[in-house]
Amino acid sequence: MKIGIPRALLYYKNEKLWTTFFSELGIEYLISPQTNKEIVANGANLAIDETCLPTKILLGHIDYLKDKCDYVFLPRVARVNGCGMCTKFLAQVDLVKNTFRDDNLNYLFYNQEKDKKKSEYKAFLKMGKFLNLKPKDIKAAYLKARAVQDSFNKQRQEAQEKIFKETKKNKVLVVAHAYNVGDQFVGQPIIRALKELDCEPIIAEYFDEKECIKASYNLTKTLPWAYNRHLVGAVELYKDKVDGIVILTTFPCGPDSMVNEMILHKVKNLPILLLTMDAQDATAGIETRLESYVDIINFKKERANE
Amino acid sequence: MNNEIIACFPQWANYSHAFRYLFENGFDVKYMTPPPITKKTLELGSKNSPDYVCTPFKYCLGCYLEALSSGANCLMQIFGACRLNYYGELAEQILKDMGYKFHFFNMANVKWTSPKSIMENLRVVNPNASLFKIVKALPTTIAIIETIDEFDDFVRHNVGFEVNEGDFDRTYKEFNEKLDEVNSMRQFKKLKKEYAKKFKAIPINKPQKTIKVGMVGDYYTVQEPFSNYFMEKELAKMGMEVFRDMNLTNTIIHNQWKKRRKVAKRYAKYNIGATANFTIAEALNFAKQGMDGVIQVKCFGCTPELDAMPILQNVSKDYQIPILHFSFDSQTSETGVKTRLEAFYDMVEARRKDNNLEKEKAI
Repeated sequence: MKIGIPRALLYYKNEKLWTTFFSELGIEYLISPQTNKEIVANGANLAIDETCLPTKILLGHIDYLKDKCDYVFLPRVARVNGCGMCTKFLAQVDLVKNTFRDDNLNYLFYNQEKDKKKSEYKAFLKMGKFLNLKPKDIKAAYLKARAVQDSFNKQRQEAQEKIFKETKKNKVLVVAHAYNVGDQFVGQPIIRALKELDCEPIIAEYFDEKECIKASYNLTKTLPWAYNRHLVGAVELYKDKVDGIVILTTFPCGPDSMVNEMILHKVKNLPILLLTMDAQDATAGIETRLESYVDIINFKKERANE
Repeated sequence: MNNEIIACFPQWANYSHAFRYLFENGFDVKYMTPPPITKKTLELGSKNSPDYVCTPFKYCLGCYLEALSSGANCLMQIFGACRLNYYGELAEQILKDMGYKFHFFNMANVKWTSPKSIMENLRVVNPNASLFKIVKALPTTIAIIETIDEFDDFVRHNVGFEVNEGDFDRTYKEFNEKLDEVNSMRQFKKLKKEYAKKFKAIPINKPQKTIKVGMVGDYYTVQEPFSNYFMEKELAKMGMEVFRDMNLTNTIIHNQWKKRRKVAKRYAKYNIGATANFTIAEALNFAKQGMDGVIQVKCFGCTPELDAMPILQNVSKDYQIPILHFSFDSQTSETGVKTRLEAFYDMVEARRKDNNLEKEKAI
């Protein structure tokens, strides 16, 4: 039995959790490749025009996996850390099921409806039972997987904090969802371009989730989405310690459409660049914008030094 | 400075009459019926809103701006299961940064499990508000909303077949005007009785078999006629009978979400968010009732409704029912909408003729 894991949306938050869980239980899995032009194009063909880019990418990955595995892994998370999620995460299971209805795919469902202490474990337990596994084994695999994911997050955060303290370059806080900043097609080109321009990209998403969410309440009270709270919290914690903020959004992201505006209203005196990506890639245009943005940062620094 | 509180809730279908009753008789403040939405409202809203926020936000913001300039000083916003939850805070921030001074009653701020939080937030509207009075005003407010929905339904079913053009519109307008004079349950009951009779007395010429169309869509766009380009009226003008279940009565007063989710279960295993499951269930019901077509209206970027679209397409395939999708943004062309509606009507009518022919052949 082989399980196909789409490299999209929730994958970027739970990569280690899922892969460790499956490998601990001796289940073979296949992760779809890094997003490329073909995957985006296929996804865009399958989706309704207005759909947001990450969802199009998800459909492209499922399309890639559909004849290469026995089960397609379809996760759904409705709440985390005391906050809700964008309705995309609520809908993705039914969206995929209905889009690929004629392909008669087998799915492996994972559903985390609530955000109580044991919700995640219960979701894994249910999925494991579907695979005819023993509860004892499932629990052991889950605990291991959780620990691996946690230590991965922590290491990543500590590595970034080290760079943050030591670097002499311009520090640019990149505010983007995990599934955007981690994606080879969407976020990585921007990160590379920033590095080429001699900046140090600081990924907002790498900072500790709980700490950020707590801090985000200082900036906004009623923001309903967990992932956006994480980012907003990072902005609140680090806005005075970085040289600029790059907000990277995909078109037409619902939560970001409002939260970005809120950030622009709340954070003043800091150069903020708002980049919006869609299915048509235009890296050349973005490189030019990044160049002039970095010029502004340098210019501002020079004036402050004078 | 004048200290009188003038409250205003953004324009939303016809419910401002019910809200007026609640605020004047419950909260003891003056209520401003929001100025009717015009193209200018939308322009004003779009200009000050983020680029691709969903269109209802732009309508609300435009409405706030117009209300503020005509003297309102207490604005409010409800909460919901989607971006609506964030409408209040962002709108407040934008308006305050523009330099306006006002109170903002944001229902997303309220912790509904804590009576203290509820009271604190209600007192944003009127510091001297009495809970007793507010609760006392609720039954009549609910009755007004239910009646508005009831009459709306009656109009939708019949306005396309009126003998003298404009009868329904005139009566409806009269009813709305008189609603603003109601200040007690007794007055309201009398008014309701009077107009129920008047509506029924309007001469209509309704054939036994009409062309039936169901309307589904996101919470705001399907209910607010300006935002869907008065689609119900257009459909009626073409001689169709229009059905729509989405209104305040069916969603908040008599909560039907769970029931609808059950109906939609065959297509949507989980809760998709906001109105999506409701939309799917409605479309399914319309299909099962043998209607001639379904129209989905949504604002641009409405994520839940967008996720319902592939599912609606499957419903359309399974039940052989045409479903037309409209996505409105602030720059939709009116002519384009009309042309598509006309084509839809022609198609529905042709299908009906084909079906009848087949039936005759079978006999």
